[in-house]
Amino acid sequence: MITPNDPMIPQQYRIRQRQQDNADTFTLELEPTNGTVLQFAPGQFNMLYVFGVGEIPISISGNPATPSKLVHTTRSVGTVTNAMSTLKTGDVIGVRGPYGKSWPVMQSTGRDVVIVAGGIGLAPLRPAIYQLFAKREQFGKLVLLYGTRTQEDILYRQELEQWRARFDVDVYVTVDRATSDWRGNVGVVTNLIPRTPFYPPDTVAMVCGPEVMMRFTVQALQKRGVPTEQIYVSMERNMKCATGFCGHCQFGSTFICKDGPVFSYDQVESFIGMWEV
Amino acid sequence: MKMIKELIHDYAFFRGLTPEYQELLAGCGSNVRFNPNEFIFREGQPADKFYLIRHGKVSIDVYMPQRGIVTIETIGEGEVLGWSWLFEPYQWHSDARALVLTRAVAFDGQCLRDKCDADVAFGYDIVKRFAQIIIHRLQATQLQNLDVYSLQKRGP
Repeated sequence: MITPNDPMIPQQYRIRQRQQDNADTFTLELEPTNGTVLQFAPGQFNMLYVFGVGEIPISISGNPATPSKLVHTTRSVGTVTNAMSTLKTGDVIGVRGPYGKSWPVMQSTGRDVVIVAGGIGLAPLRPAIYQLFAKREQFGKLVLLYGTRTQEDILYRQELEQWRARFDVDVYVTVDRATSDWRGNVGVVTNLIPRTPFYPPDTVAMVCGPEVMMRFTVQALQKRGVPTEQIYVSMERNMKCATGFCGHCQFGSTFICKDGPVFSYDQVESFIGMWEV
Repeated sequence: MKMIKELIHDYAFFRGLTPEYQELLAGCGSNVRFNPNEFIFREGQPADKFYLIRHGKVSIDVYMPQRGIVTIETIGEGEVLGWSWLFEPYQWHSDARALVLTRAVAFDGQCLRDKCDADVAFGYDIVKRFAQIIIHRLQATQLQNLDVYSLQKRGP
């Protein structure tokens, strides 16, 4: 039997705004057709359904303080995301969620917070950044390290510039490859970790990006002295039901959709990097 | 000379170096500055120095005929630039260019190599420190070569 609150039934959302962030990445701002506002926590994801094509998990990248604007940033990399990229303002999309565990923003009160994002990994971290800014006085040093492929791939460039102009956050951006017109940092994001000001034993780190980037980042954070249990990562696997029933996203003894996607690193350390998992 | 010794003391790269070794090192150092876009060294030139960057930013570049100048890495405050002075044939493998006004301590390679040869324990200490930089750069290059962001996706 289907009830209106069935977690497997998508609700209809209309595209209020569409923005092309860079060559293959776009952001959709959605509004519910029935007026129901979706409350969410930073780091959670929704299942987005392009009717007639398929459903995919996408992290929420908007501000949790303004949930009436449901924002998702997506990279066109497959059948569903390619179809989604062709949708226009006014088109309708299916949404179910939000699902998953969130970034430990409020558990980081009184500590330094280091955000490390790689590529589109900045999108799932942006809600946490908004929340940290909203309660800025409750945290110690706030550091954002962002690495991406080239200067053309930088996500939320305007916002990064605004954040960088603040006096209460250290923002460092680096690119893996650059031409001579780029005056910023060049090199992998892990290079930034030894350079930045924070007190490792009392730091919470939130890391999101490609899995291999996260592994190297965690090593650099550990080398700097951040305790493993204070390092959080957002994992990706092939999520289907998003409620822990189907088993598609099983990762060792956990389900990414239900027990994650955000994990403290000590929860996943024994599985991460294992070919078999 | 005392000033260089004090400078050395302030930087992580030289942490744990005995006062005696600090003195040896400082004896080969001098303060230098580079204006924006000034080359610090060029590919193929003799590698006769290394630099401790005090302020500023340096790009390590390689010129590719079809693509122009490609920046491999940038080096900033507190970091060490150059290890070719330590290994034969003592020749730079890339260009290094100051992106902004950059102040550094330049250490004379021949002077240091002579001191390393004369005091093997000092030489071993120096080689271990440079090996750390080389390992770090090698690991960073591995990650860079994986081109992880080109394959990055979330969902199908």
